[in-house]
Amino acid sequence: MSVLVFIDQTEGKIKKSSYEAATYAADTAKLLGTHAEAIVIGDSTEDLSALGQYGIQKVYHCAGADVSHLDAQVYARIVSECCTQHGATVVVFSANTSGKAIAPRVSVRLKAGLVVGAIALPETSNGFVVKKSVFSGKAFAHVAINTAVKVIAVNPNAYTITKTEGTATVESLSNSGSAGKINVVAVNKVTGEIPLSEAELVVSGGRGLKGPENWGLVTELASLLGAATACSRPVADVHWRPHHEHVGQTGLAIAPNLYIAIGISGAIQHLAGVNRSKTIVVINKDPEAPFFKAADYGIVGDAFEVVPKIITALKKLKGIS
Amino acid sequence: MKILVCISKTPDTTAKIAFTDNNTKFAGDGVQWIINPYDEWYSLVRAIELKEADPSTIIHLIHAGTADSDPIIRKALALGGDEAIRIDADSQDSYYIATQIAKVAQEGGYDLIFTGKETIDYNGSSIGAMIAETLDLPFISHAVKFDLSGSTATVTREIEGGEEVDQAPLPLVVSCQKGMAEMRIPGMKGIMGARTKPLKVVTPAEVDTLTSVVSFDLPPAKSGVKLISPETPEELVILLSEEAKVI
Ligand SMILES: Cc1cc2nc3c(=O)[nH]c(=O)nc-3n(C[C@H](O)[C@H](O)[C@H](O)COP(=O)(O)OP(=O)(O)OC[C@H]3O[C@@H](n4cnc5c(N)ncnc54)[C@H](O)[C@@H]3O)c2cc1C
Repeated sequence: MSVLVFIDQTEGKIKKSSYEAATYAADTAKLLGTHAEAIVIGDSTEDLSALGQYGIQKVYHCAGADVSHLDAQVYARIVSECCTQHGATVVVFSANTSGKAIAPRVSVRLKAGLVVGAIALPETSNGFVVKKSVFSGKAFAHVAINTAVKVIAVNPNAYTITKTEGTATVESLSNSGSAGKINVVAVNKVTGEIPLSEAELVVSGGRGLKGPENWGLVTELASLLGAATACSRPVADVHWRPHHEHVGQTGLAIAPNLYIAIGISGAIQHLAGVNRSKTIVVINKDPEAPFFKAADYGIVGDAFEVVPKIITALKKLKGIS
Repeated sequence: MKILVCISKTPDTTAKIAFTDNNTKFAGDGVQWIINPYDEWYSLVRAIELKEADPSTIIHLIHAGTADSDPIIRKALALGGDEAIRIDADSQDSYYIATQIAKVAQEGGYDLIFTGKETIDYNGSSIGAMIAETLDLPFISHAVKFDLSGSTATVTREIEGGEEVDQAPLPLVVSCQKGMAEMRIPGMKGIMGARTKPLKVVTPAEVDTLTSVVSFDLPPAKSGVKLISPETPEELVILLSEEAKVI
């Protein structure tokens, strides 16, 4: 018996959400009185033994050209075979784009019950019950997994990473099956920006900012904080900002530690994507804006006057003049 | 070319989220139901566009649900699609639903299966990948752009911090999100035409469920907003660093 976690990488580097998944796996293993192992697929530039610092005892590494990019069909087969061969009873993923493509396939292969979007450790006092986010962050469901093997995909930013001492042993694994059918023709990364889904701090702008020419306020505040930028749907619809910044019910759902909303009314569909943020700040000139009801801190004022003052105060705090 | 579009029914985005039966059931009474936005705006409309480009294309819609879902299915047919199949089954277990759909898909011999990236109620994000695994097909998730050339699909998918362009042979399963197509509103002709399009009801196959919902709950209400004067917004910086400790 063991807990197996899939470690997702980008350009050979482990993603932050995978460290969260690793910690979740290690803590689940503790709960079940067993140990946690990890599987990494694709070449890596990391010292994989360092996964030991996140509570992982052993790492299976499957490298090589035929697994150099994500093909869910191939990755799911490799993860499932590893799970069966090493007797894992719980398989953990991050519920990021890779995890959402692979975990359901592993669930079918192993006929193992699946929960995508877990936000807490399993409850094992009566069965095996996982708390997950539903209704786009507006509610939680406690879902029982009724099979011997369980598959869990943990929401990004929902579980805190713990890092201690430790070294994992690394064992290589070969891909016994055929290569996948998907070819990657191009990868276009938005360079120098923090991926929104992984960001701990997010500054977001809405229609109240009047036009793309005013986004300097949002980007300057974001870069001072080391935050990612986001926007409301109408802003992306009229192409003031790129689509990948659109958060909400029909965009990305995020759960950063801090979400600063500037000139966003706080429509229910917008809140659905951001209401899991730990601290919400709303800057809006309308005291009746619904967003204030969901906020922790609010400033009723004109963004064009308020935000520059916040930027100045932040520079002072950070010792930048 | 045959396309299968998966259609799910969800509460309207403004619906009040509440639970009954000791918090084990969504309080659906009086709730307005809609086609899951990802299914409607992106996957269905993109399929319709493919048919517009190649009229020999056949589009089937598939939904797993009870007869209560028929209005939603008709609405989807009003947008487009040649016929619909409803699997007469109701379940919250994604394995159960995906296996049912996969069985129908297998018999139908589809070249392309579209799903939304997730439903906005259970946020499972798993049906597409599960269908693909059951049928041993390649799967591309979070697609923002889809083009066909012969039997090769070129799909742009979202990845953390960017996009990836993939090529894959048909048959293929794709989960769709914003960018795939522009939302449409059904016209009078579509609505009238939808009434006579075939809606086949099939009995579900014997399939296991692997999970079950024990209960639901709502997040605790926010304790209330702390307002900072617009004259002194710098106080916000102090509160965020010293009280909330987030910066
Ligand atoms: C099915 C469906 C799905 C949807 N999905 C999403 C989604 O995923 N994400 C999303 O965001 N929306 C979504 N919407 C749209 C949503 O209902 C709102 O229309 C949208 O969020 C409003 O965007 P906004 O707050 O930027 O603009 P507005 O509602 O126009 O609000 C602008 C705000 O800016 C304030 N303001 C104006 N000037 C200033 C100033 N100088 N300083 C400070 N404040 C100022 C105003 O007081 C106002 O509150 C969806 C709608 C539907 C029907």
